[in-house]
Amino acid sequence: MNIAVVVKQVPDLVEGLEIDASGKAIDPGSVRHILSESDDHALEEALLIKERVGGRIEVFSLDMGEVRENLVMALAKGADRAALVNAGLDSIPNNHAAAQVFASLLRNLTFDLILTGVRAIDDLDGSLGGLLAGYLNLPYVGLVRKVEFPATPRTVVVQKEYPGGYAAELEVQLPALLGIQAAEQPPRYVPISRLRQMMKAAIVEELLVPVPRPHPLEIERLFKPEEGIGASMLSGTPEVIARQMADLLVEHRLVR
Amino acid sequence: MNKDVLVVSEHFKGRLNEITLELLGKGRELAQARGGRLGVILLGHGVRAFVAELGAADVVWLADHAQLQEFDPEAYGTIILSKLKELPSALVLLGSTSAGLDLLGSLSARGDFPCVDNCMRLEARDGRIVATSQLYGGKVFAEVALPEETTLVAVVPGSFPSEVGRISGSPEVQLLTPPELVSSRITFRTLIEPPAWDVDITKAAILVAVGRGIQNADNLALAEELAEALGGTVCASRPVIDQGWLPLTRQVGKSGMTVKPKLYLALGISGAPEHIEGMKQSEMIIAVNTDPNAPIFGMAHYGTTEDALELLPLLTEEIRAASLKKAS
Amino acid sequence: MIPTTAKLGVVPGWAILWLVFLAASGLFVWRATFLVRLLCLGRAENRFDRIPERLKRTLTYVFGQRRMLDEPLVGIPHLFIFYGFVVFVLATTGLLLQGLFPGMHVPTVEQNGFLAPTVDIFAVLVLAALGVSSFRRFVIRPKGLQLTPDATLVNILIATLMVTYVLAEAFRLVGSPTHGTIWAPVGHWLAGSIAGSATLRANALTFYPLFWWTHVLTVLFFLAYLPYSKHLHLLAAPFSVFFSRLEPTGRLAPPASPEQLGAERLEEFTWRQLLSAFACAECGRCERACPSSQVGEPCSPRQLVHNLKEQLLHYGPALLSKVRAAADGGEPTLIGGLISPQELWSCTTCLACTERCPVKNEHLSIMVDLRRRLVERGEVDARLEEALRNLARYGNSFGQSERKRAVWAQGLDFKPKDARKEPVEWLWFLGEYASYHPVLQGITRSLAQVLHAAEVDFGILYADERNSGNDTRRVGEEGLFELLREKNTATLQKATFQNLFSTDPHVYNTLKNEYPGLNHGRHVILHYSELLAQLLENGRLKVEHKLEGTVTYHDPCYLGRYNGVYDAPRAVLRALGARVKEMPHARSNSLCCGGGGGRVWMEEIGGIHSRPSELRVREAAAIKGVKYLVVACPKDYVMFADALKTTGLEERLAVKDLTELVADAVGVAPVA
Repeated sequence: MNIAVVVKQVPDLVEGLEIDASGKAIDPGSVRHILSESDDHALEEALLIKERVGGRIEVFSLDMGEVRENLVMALAKGADRAALVNAGLDSIPNNHAAAQVFASLLRNLTFDLILTGVRAIDDLDGSLGGLLAGYLNLPYVGLVRKVEFPATPRTVVVQKEYPGGYAAELEVQLPALLGIQAAEQPPRYVPISRLRQMMKAAIVEELLVPVPRPHPLEIERLFKPEEGIGASMLSGTPEVIARQMADLLVEHRLVR
Repeated sequence: MNKDVLVVSEHFKGRLNEITLELLGKGRELAQARGGRLGVILLGHGVRAFVAELGAADVVWLADHAQLQEFDPEAYGTIILSKLKELPSALVLLGSTSAGLDLLGSLSARGDFPCVDNCMRLEARDGRIVATSQLYGGKVFAEVALPEETTLVAVVPGSFPSEVGRISGSPEVQLLTPPELVSSRITFRTLIEPPAWDVDITKAAILVAVGRGIQNADNLALAEELAEALGGTVCASRPVIDQGWLPLTRQVGKSGMTVKPKLYLALGISGAPEHIEGMKQSEMIIAVNTDPNAPIFGMAHYGTTEDALELLPLLTEEIRAASLKKAS
Repeated sequence: MIPTTAKLGVVPGWAILWLVFLAASGLFVWRATFLVRLLCLGRAENRFDRIPERLKRTLTYVFGQRRMLDEPLVGIPHLFIFYGFVVFVLATTGLLLQGLFPGMHVPTVEQNGFLAPTVDIFAVLVLAALGVSSFRRFVIRPKGLQLTPDATLVNILIATLMVTYVLAEAFRLVGSPTHGTIWAPVGHWLAGSIAGSATLRANALTFYPLFWWTHVLTVLFFLAYLPYSKHLHLLAAPFSVFFSRLEPTGRLAPPASPEQLGAERLEEFTWRQLLSAFACAECGRCERACPSSQVGEPCSPRQLVHNLKEQLLHYGPALLSKVRAAADGGEPTLIGGLISPQELWSCTTCLACTERCPVKNEHLSIMVDLRRRLVERGEVDARLEEALRNLARYGNSFGQSERKRAVWAQGLDFKPKDARKEPVEWLWFLGEYASYHPVLQGITRSLAQVLHAAEVDFGILYADERNSGNDTRRVGEEGLFELLREKNTATLQKATFQNLFSTDPHVYNTLKNEYPGLNHGRHVILHYSELLAQLLENGRLKVEHKLEGTVTYHDPCYLGRYNGVYDAPRAVLRALGARVKEMPHARSNSLCCGGGGGRVWMEEIGGIHSRPSELRVREAAAIKGVKYLVVACPKDYVMFADALKTTGLEERLAVKDLTELVADAVGVAPVA
């Protein structure tokens, strides 16, 4: 089973985000990057698949932020190959451009499965997985929470989440692209000692691919939700707050 | 862009999804404002009955076939794509939902249509359509002026009122000819039901919602006590369900239930967009979270940064006292 | 007359004795050698340095019986048994030699005017001691003290030896009165009683050899049995004490190598760790002192050492003969086998076990090495994993940005000096709890104000302070500890300061003991209670309002047991005018709050009925008149405040940090 995992970094929301002077982009100085959460799950799912049915995992990312560390982490966890993809872009592209980059890279390679996180916090123009599947003409299922291998060769059975706690079981022919919502177990821990050893020893390749076509979606402006609009905050000791809340509920006839 | 609007409808277990009505309402408004027509794409099997509910639209593009009984991203995608390619440029609205998102990227890439996701606001402005999307966990909004060509927009459920789109009528029906009954590399096998329904939280008037701030399963008892005092039900955000402290049927959010109770008391919930999507239509929202910057405060009516675990027993006592007082 | 001169059947007594003696000693030597070979399976560690210190230690703990005597009920009987053993070795050697070489003139104890009565008296003392200890073991049955056939047999053997000795002696005196010139009080008294019975008197010369032979055979049996029983501690304990660790307890031993971070297979433990298994007398003192054990968690230091012993005895032999080992699949995994991960994670590293152990076993180092292996394998629970990830990324377990580390200072009316940018006399390394925890930030501010009022020249590291790594190391994440230590050391080396103090005993411990990069010669490292004590003593802080009433003080594990700081906080309280009443578990017996060893980062162990912190607050509340439980550690504050709620004792008692009381007394108003 040859699996490709496509990951990216996104701003870490633990830090505050600031909008730059132009008003159309996030100020890079205010940003610290972290691996997109569902991409972490996609990698974990790939590792679980490899443990179950054997195979090879190759992890790719656009060269951005500190994603090299995440690629080394992936190797420490058990991936077989990791590569930074350089498309000659000087800023982080939107997902369409990114998808084109990966499409040109992956088109000529033979993977049975391509996994990526189903969504990221900066997905303005759709998520990468669906776009990439479209460019590569692969079947795509998103919000996948489980992957199984039936007896039928060249197929995979996935569970796709629906609202209300429902899920659909779908059979997909390989090669396919899956947008992972959650791996079957939380992303595994790598002890720092192993990570540091890997940092010294690991090889992260650098691949060059052609510059993608620019895409006509442009941001007019970015803005933060208005301050001051939001909850009326209650304050005081816990007892006072509890009393105030109870009074509120009585006032709104919510106490029976 | 052409002035037409096209809505991709969704249905599940014999009912039209509410998002479809929301999109119809908004779509109709935009189409009318620009002098265009509102169309709806309806795919499935035995779905003709829905046509009468789609009165907000001028035309329904229908493909009713056994193969389309269950949602299949490939089959649905192929049919919709061929329709989109035929039509003059239009604004295409889908739900930012499990089904909608499977279609969005694929259609955009194959058809070379621009697309926008996480949209919460749409308006016609100076002859263009402006979409506002929420990003970065709801901390930043992006305004995009849609280009002239056919553009797909995925809308977050609950962004627009559904009543506006709930119009009975008899729109024109046009049959979509599925090209050679679509070959698809995806086959539906079964629908997995959530575990046995213990309580239907969508019917509760009062919900006591717990999030990660509840810290462990033992503290659930505190929430249960409050719920009991209020005559309400306990529900939870995703992290609590993932830990196994409550069954899936109690999950509120994008992948769980959408609820509209009279009171939604959010305890230790930070307010990730996926959760907010499921409860933002509640009549009164009170949020308790020790982080003053938690996004939930942005849309709650009342809030406090007190520790939920400290507050719970006190609040339960106050409610019980208030009930007693009311009884006497 | 020497009993072995007589024939037993057709064979001379001495021949039989020689046979038994050779067999018993042969068995003993064989088994002892085998045990030593098992120890040699462990990896090397240099414990042969600083011999004079080691000798002194052995004198204190083995011959001085220091640890045992702090529990007099057990200590005094054990003292008698110990010295009884020493004395009886002399006596028995004499007897044996006499029996083996009946023709030779062998000096025996009974011929010595000083030793004869001594041995006699000790026989009685030992019997009395056995009476007390048996009563304790079989009737009182303290937890951790096992009721095994082995223990029973050993008690019986010792009793038999004593009884047969005096009986043999008595019958000899009755049968051969000419040997009675040396006064042996018990023997003589018993002889007198026996002489009263005509039958016994008549058969004295039959009974004497009978008891003599019983005594000698019992000794030889005991000799052969010794290396199979827990009584092995007799031989192993002096070595375990001699080779015990001389480093401060607050300094964990680093891992064997970057490739081998922990230990699980027998060969990965050091020989001294394996020796713990043989030196352990299974007395259970460690288990009784363990706070996790006391609340019913699976953690037991005694069981840990015992299981290591089991593993060693069962699978060590296969390892010794490598050929067999390869064939049978080898050593089964220890963790998940005899030792459960849960056992390992429930330890709070409070050191009560090590503190109490009379043979100076190193339970903590075994436990940490096993945890290191679990971390190496990535087998950590979800909450712990999250804490570790946050520590690695943000330098604190709360997952908050490092830029917010000094947000607590925003409520102050002055800005603390930035120790990264300007020289300061005192560098205040706060620790993450004091910096980030919402409940504690007010107390941190109070301390800043108190120091400001006393015109102490202090500074903080703002966003460059990282978690010191103390608990990270004890959780077993050695790599992360090193990363944190590197970052902190680099920051500290760039800063200019004279001395250092911390609000947190955990931080204090690791900075003091585990940061070689800090120039310890140049800097004084203090806990804030020590600094406050100094300020109160030299008048830089003046008490305006005396603190009325009675308080009790909880000794934090990492301040007290680990680093011996007991007096400074008490001096502070007395200077404030408070009356300090001690809890039963005070000073080095302090009862851990349950938050150490990374336990605050882990899932709670389900199914237990109470927590160590609850035990402690109940103990405090039981002291009449006490209104405050005073703490000097941020984690203690949080744990006890919580425990007061869960036990419903909030009305009865309040938790106060030392800072709060000082601030009140010197008239510094609290900043919310």
